[in-house]
Amino acid sequence: MNVTIVDYNSGNISSVINSFKEVANDKVNIEVTSDLNKIKSSDKLVLPGQGSFKRCVDALNAINGLVDTLNEFAITNKKSLLGICVGLQMFADIGYEETETKGLGWISGKVSKIDNQNGKYKLPHIGWNQINIVKDSKIFKDIENNSHMYFVHSYEFVPNDKKVISATTDYSSNIVCSVEKENIFGTQFHPEKSDKIGLKIIDNFINL
Amino acid sequence: MLKNRIIPCLDVKNGRVVKGINFVDLKDAGDPVEQAKIYSDGGADEICFLDITASNENRDTIYDVVEKTSKKCFVPLTVGGGVRSVDDITKLLNCGADKVSINTAAVQNPEVVIDSSKKFGAQCIVVAIDAKKKDDKWEIFTHGGRNNTGIDVIEFSKKMEDSGAGELLVTSMDRDGTQVGYDIDLMSKISSKVNIPVIASGGVGNLDHLVDGIKLGNASAVLAASIFHYGKFSVKQAKEYLNSKGIPVRI
Repeated sequence: MNVTIVDYNSGNISSVINSFKEVANDKVNIEVTSDLNKIKSSDKLVLPGQGSFKRCVDALNAINGLVDTLNEFAITNKKSLLGICVGLQMFADIGYEETETKGLGWISGKVSKIDNQNGKYKLPHIGWNQINIVKDSKIFKDIENNSHMYFVHSYEFVPNDKKVISATTDYSSNIVCSVEKENIFGTQFHPEKSDKIGLKIIDNFINL
Repeated sequence: MLKNRIIPCLDVKNGRVVKGINFVDLKDAGDPVEQAKIYSDGGADEICFLDITASNENRDTIYDVVEKTSKKCFVPLTVGGGVRSVDDITKLLNCGADKVSINTAAVQNPEVVIDSSKKFGAQCIVVAIDAKKKDDKWEIFTHGGRNNTGIDVIEFSKKMEDSGAGELLVTSMDRDGTQVGYDIDLMSKISSKVNIPVIASGGVGNLDHLVDGIKLGNASAVLAASIFHYGKFSVKQAKEYLNSKGIPVRI
């Protein structure tokens, strides 16, 4: 099996690569590429993303044909895809970081700044927080409710259809931190930096 | 609920740990990779490397250390010391660092903070502030604490927040190495003036100091070196103690 991490200049992806290689343990081939043919022929895709929503969307669009290839992979062919952090946020129709930017539109909703209640809560939301599993997601197999995951973000995904939400986390408000819609999975937290429990989520995704 | 973080810091010189962990079961007491792994297995919320390599010729050794560590440790890894340019930051991140802490360069050339934050996002830019008390205020020191800039610490903290720092790592130079506790006034003053997380550093001698840094200093995270290195306390003991004092920690 081939799992491909999409390399589209989305910032620092070395930790994502290291964690997937650790879990794959030579049994699964982990590819890191922006090559459209390799992406198309892959069994599963990982869409990482760091920095701002706008910068990540711009970086996707900067690679000719990449967005079409992703659409074909996830929407037409319904193959499994995991978005991490801004990778998840880009599933939305629209994001408001820096300026209004169109997302991939895979899961209807918007990405807006976390309400810090007039400075009462620090932003970014950085550190370990517990996830409240609200839906039996395949990537949460053998993951206990209230497990700790590592977060670092100032913006949150607000999907229109609440049924896609698989987990939330409690900060200044109840923040959506994981979604599942058919073959599309996403985590706002960083499984690649969430110690053994995070690696288990990666393992679950690889073994879907 | 978001947990307060405990961050052990390892001083690395020419690719080797100085003042390392004093554990008997270590194969190689100077190996930063092995020590970082012990900390992450013990529940450290993040690992911090401070590169204190004096000469530029040996600067590359830190890249090798970061690369090896990031393949073994799956908690966030912050690297600081000698970070001068966006190129340095790019190299460290490519090797597997999750965050980079910038000290002298942030004072001398704030563009480095602005540019790197734009390029990689605020989440990986930590500005390290070395502060020393003078009368009723604190001043910024650079070059490992050797140069007094006369810059006011509160003004500088706000400026760094505006420049795109995701966190501030605040070290009291008056307290560093003394083991008498964090400078609580300094931590709480900065924390109340900025909206980004503050990591307290400098002066920890016992577990109550960690409690004070969070409860009184309003730090989001506490960084410590020597109390962990010499086996005085384990990260696990520290977390259990904080938990017993009502501080939310990941256990």
